[in-house]
Amino acid sequence: MSQGLPVTFSTVREGYFNPPPATRSLRRTEPLTRMEFADGHLGWLVTGYSAARAVLADARFSARGELKHPPVPRAATLDEAPAAPPGMFIQHDDPEHQRYRKLLVGQFTVRRMRLLTEWIEKITAERLDEMERLGSPADLFEHFALPIPSLVICELLGVPYADRATFQHHTHVWSSFGESTEDVTAAFLELGAYLGGLVRLKRTEPADDIISGLITADPDLTDEELTSIAFLLLVAGHETTANQLALGTFALLEHPEQLAALRADPSLIEGAVEESLRFLSIVHHGPTRAALEDVEVEGTLIREGEVVMVSLAAANRDPERFPDPESFDVTRRAAGHLGFGHGIHQCLGQQLARIELRVGFTALLERFPQLRLACPPEEIRLRHDMQVYGVYALPVAW
Amino acid sequence: MRDGPLRVGVDRRLCCGAGMCALLAPEVFDQCDEGFVVLLDPAPPAAAHAAVREAADQCPCSAITLHSAG
Repeated sequence: MSQGLPVTFSTVREGYFNPPPATRSLRRTEPLTRMEFADGHLGWLVTGYSAARAVLADARFSARGELKHPPVPRAATLDEAPAAPPGMFIQHDDPEHQRYRKLLVGQFTVRRMRLLTEWIEKITAERLDEMERLGSPADLFEHFALPIPSLVICELLGVPYADRATFQHHTHVWSSFGESTEDVTAAFLELGAYLGGLVRLKRTEPADDIISGLITADPDLTDEELTSIAFLLLVAGHETTANQLALGTFALLEHPEQLAALRADPSLIEGAVEESLRFLSIVHHGPTRAALEDVEVEGTLIREGEVVMVSLAAANRDPERFPDPESFDVTRRAAGHLGFGHGIHQCLGQQLARIELRVGFTALLERFPQLRLACPPEEIRLRHDMQVYGVYALPVAW
Repeated sequence: MRDGPLRVGVDRRLCCGAGMCALLAPEVFDQCDEGFVVLLDPAPPAAAHAAVREAADQCPCSAITLHSAG
């Protein structure tokens, strides 16, 4: 156990692709470290792989927002809020969480997502056509990485893609650490009001989409619950995959030997997707959990009420689990990474994300054999100040 | 390492429908229409053991149990 001063957490990463330096040096010495949260709470930072899994799989650690403390200064995040409204299931424990999750998992099964492959390939090809029409160079984030998952989740949920400027803007403001509390709150409320209106519309004009399906599956769900569910699926459905697609492309371009290996053998793509999820671990901080009672984790006693922040990025670089963890290697066996979290809250949409990433990277490399950055890498603006890491824009030429 | 017979069990009450088992070992695990685990083969052949062990290890909800039989 550390006897030193507690650490604080920063989302500023090392270089373009590595976890914050502090989390890396800590992991070498101990899997759990005392951490001072942004509001002064003295809790814990988890950087070891097995300790991360232990915390996230243990029901004695609660996901309830009102029990948690913020790891970094900011107004609000997807993972912590003053109080979780009904339906905001990532901040509920079982059995409340399970009530909502069980209504949704059937929509995101491996089998059902595979049936979407051709449709996602078509959407992806259309975005590449658009990039060609615009001409080289173009911003891969704006014209490829963001539209693909946005189009997909809009269609699945039943959200009009024509409204994307609205929801992408509110999501952006709400996800940013740099915005004022007033602006973050306003974005949250406006996005909720927009989705609330959509829920009421689906009640009178149901269609073949997830929101309409939920209304049919459980008539007891209130408008507030449906709005919270739609909020989670919409935000988590486009912001994360968009950043993974763009940052993953950046990582491939900055590791030409890995890019060459993938081009030489496209069958490596599934492993390459897992490795990009492990290596980049775009969720900056969290999941965070609050101990409901005293719990011992790998010899360290966590007291009731103390909050634990798991650094997925650090855990995914644990040499005990991944040999030579600091190298980006598309041929490695990266399965078992914690990029989608662990435990009952593990990413609901992970099988959709896998297909979007597999299709996206494959089609991009096929279409543009000469794909390259259109600016020096140091000019690319990095999302150190957003809930989800990535790039603000990725200018590419081909 | 010699790999003897393997018995697989699943607990659908623990299952959270992440789908890792159906992804990693589709000959042994599937998901029902509601998304929860379906055990296709409680005594999988040796060729499937590595994938089954991986699925059990990666199950986020520890819903898969393995017993080395015999």
